[in-house]
Amino acid sequence: MSDTFQLDGASVPFEPGQTVMQAALAAGHYIPHLCYHPEFKPHGSCKLCTVKIGGRTAASCTMPAEAGLNIESDIEELNALRRTLVQMLFAEGNHFCPSCEKSGNCMLQALGYDLEVHTAGFRHMYPDRPLDASHPDILLDFNRCILCELCVRASGEVDGKNVFALSGRGITKHLVVNAESGLLKDTNIALADKAMHVCPVGVILPKRVGFSVPIGKRKYDQRPISAQALDDAPRQGDAGGSCASCEGTS
Amino acid sequence: MSKKLRIATTSLAGCFGCHMSILDIDERLLALLELVEFDRSPITDIKHCGPCDIGIIEGGICNADNVHVLYEFRKSCKILIAIGSCAITGGLPAQRNHLDLESCLTEVYLTEPGLAHGHIPNDPELPLPLDKVHPLHEVVKIDYFIPGCPPSGDAIWKFLTDLIAGKTPELGHGLIKYD
Repeated sequence: MSDTFQLDGASVPFEPGQTVMQAALAAGHYIPHLCYHPEFKPHGSCKLCTVKIGGRTAASCTMPAEAGLNIESDIEELNALRRTLVQMLFAEGNHFCPSCEKSGNCMLQALGYDLEVHTAGFRHMYPDRPLDASHPDILLDFNRCILCELCVRASGEVDGKNVFALSGRGITKHLVVNAESGLLKDTNIALADKAMHVCPVGVILPKRVGFSVPIGKRKYDQRPISAQALDDAPRQGDAGGSCASCEGTS
Repeated sequence: MSKKLRIATTSLAGCFGCHMSILDIDERLLALLELVEFDRSPITDIKHCGPCDIGIIEGGICNADNVHVLYEFRKSCKILIAIGSCAITGGLPAQRNHLDLESCLTEVYLTEPGLAHGHIPNDPELPLPLDKVHPLHEVVKIDYFIPGCPPSGDAIWKFLTDLIAGKTPELGHGLIKYD
């Protein structure tokens, strides 16, 4: 019998080596997240998955599960902070949902819906971030980047190509393309790469398929992200790496 | 029966799409009219706002006239609601915000083909454009926001009926949309 911890009053079993996030999702308990992806090492940067453990805050995607932990997640204090984090991401980039072809499939937008974020609240920064449309099959729209590094991790760890990196510090931090020209056309990225399929927002887009699924019939139009994320997570008893959404498409 | 609530609506730097969505609450407009009456609004063609309970504003702030109208609404309305992407984020008009205004006007009216011997419009009747387009909450206090481009008639109905019933308005999955 595996050990358990308490999450919002529910008993959650875990295997040795699992993080709080992994164990929670596997047991059917959703914790909001953006930079966490079940197939990658946790990054711990978006802070959406922050929980309270014994009164102190911790990122649940990096926090190792321990027997007897008493964890709070779905409480107004934390959801208010999560709302603020989502609002700051919206104000910092240029997230113009009405013209974004990722709309309806975007995790940032879906989290906004789930958390009932009606406005960014802050002063919008409207940064100037030109597109990179140089590649014949792939569009890069830096306006929407939230610096989760999922494309950096996928391109390095899975594709073995290191196409993407983050450059700069603080507010000037931004996504760059590893080519002398800085342009995507001068890399060996391909449509089948993992890096093409992990962007939670609308930065890395295959060309010419943008509206093949109409607005209103997309992933998060059907069900909220809190329900979808549980489907995507490896479940108790599954072989590592398999997930309901992959099985559904195979 | 208690006194009807007075509602004013206007479109600033918007496309009137949100007003079309207000009309999209369809026959429920009749039920709404049992509870409210309209002050300044494209529906009534009243030109200035009297004292109101609720003001609903579509569109962001892109010129000097928008600022005056927004101040009039804030002064006249107990509760101010920003409706739609443009009012809440600046929206489509704010897509010029990372560009210099002069270069925008030059390109549209002088450089681009189609306006032979064109000039940048300077009629004194025209309100002066602002350097940047602003969402409403950057200029006055906004009490509530109904996101969407436009929000659906159902979302507007849910929001207004919650508010009129004295509840905190909530949209929930399917009604809250940013696109």
